[in-house]
Amino acid sequence: MSTVKLTVNGKSVSADVEDRTLLVQLLRDHLNLTGTHVGCDTSQCGACVVHIDGRAVKSCTVLVGQANGANVTTIEGIAKGDELHPMQAAFRDNHGLQCGYCTPGMIMSAIDIVHRHGGKLDEATVRHELEGNICRCTGYHNIVKSVLDAAGRMKVAQAAE
Amino acid sequence: MGVEGIGASVVRKEDRRFITGKGRYVDDIKLQGMTFAHFIRSPHAHAKVKSIDSSAAMKMPGVVGVLTGQQIIDDKVGNLICGWAITSKDGAPMKMGAWPAMAPETVRFVGQAVAVVIAETKNQAKDAAEAVVVNYEELPAAADIRAAIKPGAPQLHPEAPGNVIYDWAIGDEAAVKDAFSKAANVVSLELTNNRLVPNAMEPRAAIAEYNEAEEHFTLYTTSQNPHVARLVLSAFYNIAPEHKLRVIAPDVGGGFGSKIYIYPEEMVALWASKKVGRPVKWTGDRSEAFLTDAHGRDHITKAEMAFDKDNRILGLRVKTHANLGAYMSLFSSAVPTYLYATLLSGQYNIPAIHAEVITVYTNTVPVDAYRGAGRPEASFLVERLMETAARQLKVDPAELRRNNFITQFPHQTPVIMAYDIGDFGASLDVALKAIDYAGFPARKAKAKSEGKLRGIGFSCYIEACGIAPSKAVGSLGAGVGLWESAEVRVNPVGTIEVLTGSHSHGQGHETTFAQLISERLGVPISQVQIVHGDTDKVQFGMGTYGSRSLAVGGTAIIKAMEKVEAKGKKIAAHLLEASEGDIVIENGEFKVTGTDKSIALPMVALAAYTAHNLPDGMEPGLKETAFYDPTNFTFPAGAYICELEVDSSTGKTSFVNFVAADDFGRLINPMIVEGQVHGGLAQGIGQALLEGAVYDSSGQLVTASFMDYTMPRADDLPSFKLNHTPTLCPGNPLGVKGCGEAGAIGASAAVINAITDAIGNNKLEMPATPDRVWHAIHGNAA
Amino acid sequence: MYETTYHRPSSVDEAAALFAKGTESKYLAGGHTLIPVMKQRLASPSDVIDLGKIKDLVGVEVSADAVTIKAATTHYDVAGSGPVQKAIPALAHLASLIGDPAVRYRGTIGGSIANNDPAADYPAAVLALGATVKTNKRSIAADDFFKGLFSTALADGEIITTVSFPIPAKAGYSKFPHPASRFALTGVFVVRTKSGEVRVGATGASQNGVMRVPAIEAALKANWSASALDGIKIPTSGLMSDIQGSSDYRANLIKVMAQRAVTAAG
Repeated sequence: MSTVKLTVNGKSVSADVEDRTLLVQLLRDHLNLTGTHVGCDTSQCGACVVHIDGRAVKSCTVLVGQANGANVTTIEGIAKGDELHPMQAAFRDNHGLQCGYCTPGMIMSAIDIVHRHGGKLDEATVRHELEGNICRCTGYHNIVKSVLDAAGRMKVAQAAE
Repeated sequence: MGVEGIGASVVRKEDRRFITGKGRYVDDIKLQGMTFAHFIRSPHAHAKVKSIDSSAAMKMPGVVGVLTGQQIIDDKVGNLICGWAITSKDGAPMKMGAWPAMAPETVRFVGQAVAVVIAETKNQAKDAAEAVVVNYEELPAAADIRAAIKPGAPQLHPEAPGNVIYDWAIGDEAAVKDAFSKAANVVSLELTNNRLVPNAMEPRAAIAEYNEAEEHFTLYTTSQNPHVARLVLSAFYNIAPEHKLRVIAPDVGGGFGSKIYIYPEEMVALWASKKVGRPVKWTGDRSEAFLTDAHGRDHITKAEMAFDKDNRILGLRVKTHANLGAYMSLFSSAVPTYLYATLLSGQYNIPAIHAEVITVYTNTVPVDAYRGAGRPEASFLVERLMETAARQLKVDPAELRRNNFITQFPHQTPVIMAYDIGDFGASLDVALKAIDYAGFPARKAKAKSEGKLRGIGFSCYIEACGIAPSKAVGSLGAGVGLWESAEVRVNPVGTIEVLTGSHSHGQGHETTFAQLISERLGVPISQVQIVHGDTDKVQFGMGTYGSRSLAVGGTAIIKAMEKVEAKGKKIAAHLLEASEGDIVIENGEFKVTGTDKSIALPMVALAAYTAHNLPDGMEPGLKETAFYDPTNFTFPAGAYICELEVDSSTGKTSFVNFVAADDFGRLINPMIVEGQVHGGLAQGIGQALLEGAVYDSSGQLVTASFMDYTMPRADDLPSFKLNHTPTLCPGNPLGVKGCGEAGAIGASAAVINAITDAIGNNKLEMPATPDRVWHAIHGNAA
Repeated sequence: MYETTYHRPSSVDEAAALFAKGTESKYLAGGHTLIPVMKQRLASPSDVIDLGKIKDLVGVEVSADAVTIKAATTHYDVAGSGPVQKAIPALAHLASLIGDPAVRYRGTIGGSIANNDPAADYPAAVLALGATVKTNKRSIAADDFFKGLFSTALADGEIITTVSFPIPAKAGYSKFPHPASRFALTGVFVVRTKSGEVRVGATGASQNGVMRVPAIEAALKANWSASALDGIKIPTSGLMSDIQGSSDYRANLIKVMAQRAVTAAG
């Protein structure tokens, strides 16, 4: 057992957990942040993607100890109050989700993709960059559309800031 | 059309909770005092369970109980059932072997549960499971169809000699023989329809709670049809009477058929919750999903098609072996029979068809309906035959199809189905134009000059959806009726709740169904709440599968709505002192036609509930229910054309273009419909190129994780070009047909037809991996 | 997974000391190999010692002759490193093809080569470039480092500190990914050194893990061009065979990927 302290969605949290606890388990079971999902046990599906210190990573493959002291952002932490993050809004407006299970991980990965590529995204790049996120419902068609749409929205939002 | 009514691509009402991480899936739910279950599963494909020693595990930290298969039998919990009786051609009933929820004596597939550990935490349950000692005596296994039907093959069930469950046939064998005797040409084909793993992204899960004082159970479960689950758990598994069992299917992360069935884990969780006196939660992991979710497809087929000298089809002869796995899952028997062989006429005039289907037991996880269920297998066979025929007869594949299309409706096929309406030529024309078929030869030549092999492939699919007329399916052996029910409640303040027996696990019912109400009443969809997935709230329902939710469930809503409207009109006429026949409903108001007199819906609703001033003899309230039983199947159909290139040096396939022209009847929300098609196409393309469940000869699942089973990813797929060529379904008032399975039914043949066209070798099995394609190009000696 | 004790040392010496104290210690850097194995209960380390936060183990140094990558540097940081892209573009390209973006943020070069998965990408570059693996105890030449499937020259408790790649005249990497796992079904790294030596490393193909391909080396030594390999036939013996790639298919891929790598190298 260890005490871990980290910042989750801007709030300091601390928990006494077994060392074998995974970050996703801390989020879901201890912090009740159930928006982050588990869809596989081989680090491939990406349903569990969160941001650690600004980078999109698979929270099913991070021990809590590794995240000790880190700044973690989950799907619950990206909207500003009632105002959706542009990526969330783009997923809704482009029907980029169906059952919703892969969606939080998709959105967290997609935000990271836009951060890394800025406005230089095209369809082929988005498809390649989504390699670590599996969706069984959408055939990715509208997810790709959503990411491209959001890339434009995020650029505009950035320019406005 | 209103801005939120029929035909409007409004964004989905349900999305906000999903994109903000506020969806509520089973594993998100925590109950006070909840314990965790972990199943102990057989590592062997076939073995006797000699003993189970749980004494050490019982002493482990946090362990609440270890329960075994014998205990569940001792408590008289019933065996799992197959709900559709199929009769062999010799009149014998199907041969169903017993399937206990946990195996007391014999395990028949890798992953079958023999015991369960219940503990305070998930990790404690897993830790203790390793201390349970199960002594097995291994038996020889039959891991696929060919191994199971070999003389001397290991026997799975004493009830089924030779591992054959039934040998069933449909159609007129003599007429087919006659047709072939007159044929100018015969085209034959042998093919495999590869076994698939559904892999909804949310693994199955269950939480069971028993209230001792009330003798009442609650089950939260990942189900496509919670009422069916309650019915089966009560009527057949003897868990609890229906009025003492509430089944809740909250947000469910995809189903694709795999969440229709009531699996051992849900049964055990319920039973165990009473046994240990605590709520019990089980959440499957992906490995368990691979090993225990019902798989799909898995056919081996030989078929021949007879043509006359004008290249018109005279007859079709089919012999299929279908693998049902180690036990008969809930609807498994119907899939390779009434959902498969009845669609073998495709879009074509075929005077004579005969199909024989032999189903067999193997030491693999049970096989049941997976997106399309029987219809993808039929469509793949017919469309591979048509493409093969075009090549053999040296005619254009589009023209061969057109030459044989059914053009007069209704059309009775020789295999039960009576197609009500369609325009197959229109779909093909639109698809040909969308892909610029005329320009294909030039594109192929250009690709060749660049060292690429380019091909084009067609698939003109048809499916039977909207399942199903209860009387018809009852006569064919179904154990249940396939109607749907709905309730429309107008609340005293004018907001509306629609309770439906359909279940949404990605299909967007909360939006589409609200649009039906908006269209009729002119109210915004924000005023409409769709309630589903809870047997305590919704009166009854048969659930969501077979692309039935709109055609059957939506029609039930319309029927209930009509009753509400009729009563509302009576009230409005009474209040407005007008004739009931003069009342029309527009923009949320009841109006007297030709006048400026009107009364808003909330006022009508309020009047209905205050009951101060209602017509004489009228009951208060404004809520109505309906049960709707369809009169026929619906027949979505369409044309898919795939253009692709093959890299001959690696065998890798790259899409150039994929076009679809579908006839789903009327579209309620085109955006949602297209999303369904995209997803279906991905699964059809996945079957063609990527996916295949492989067991080795000892019955171990080789493809038991995403490391080995290839799920389609974004970079495996193209963007799709969709078109719609609707003919309105005459069988329901909405004119809708269903769209959920079309892509999965039609896509795979288009892909394989395109690859085989590109490489000039018609012999290619699915999944057409680069390795297989490369060998098909270069042979084994390369 | 089984319960374990997690440690986060701040120096290599502290890490080695912690390792020695545990009954069955394991090092972890990005965790993307060890944690999945622990989740499957196939590994049960008493102590997990995290090297990822040791500052001395993170970073890239480029000199006139070599690119030196510290062991806990992530694939993302190697792929995006301007100096690496300039000195050995094929190496940065290889790093950009490992796993997926989320994996590249966590996975490290040290973790990859210490694990020596037969389908991992990095071993092909280490072998073909003739890199030197430095540990807290010694230096190991690439040709002596890889010892077959999941096996290396590393002693128990030994920590990789840097991997130093001589800058070649030309280098290229081409990978045919396994359709499901996205590891290399076959990946080939070709190198022409500044002294004119040709070295070729192939991963994903051999039953014994990463290997050199003498037939291709000889052909490219004679003629550094993709077409020089047209007539080459790679023997299938010793190659892996599974549902995604039979041994003859993999033999073909070794040739085709080598040709593409040469073309990419220029």
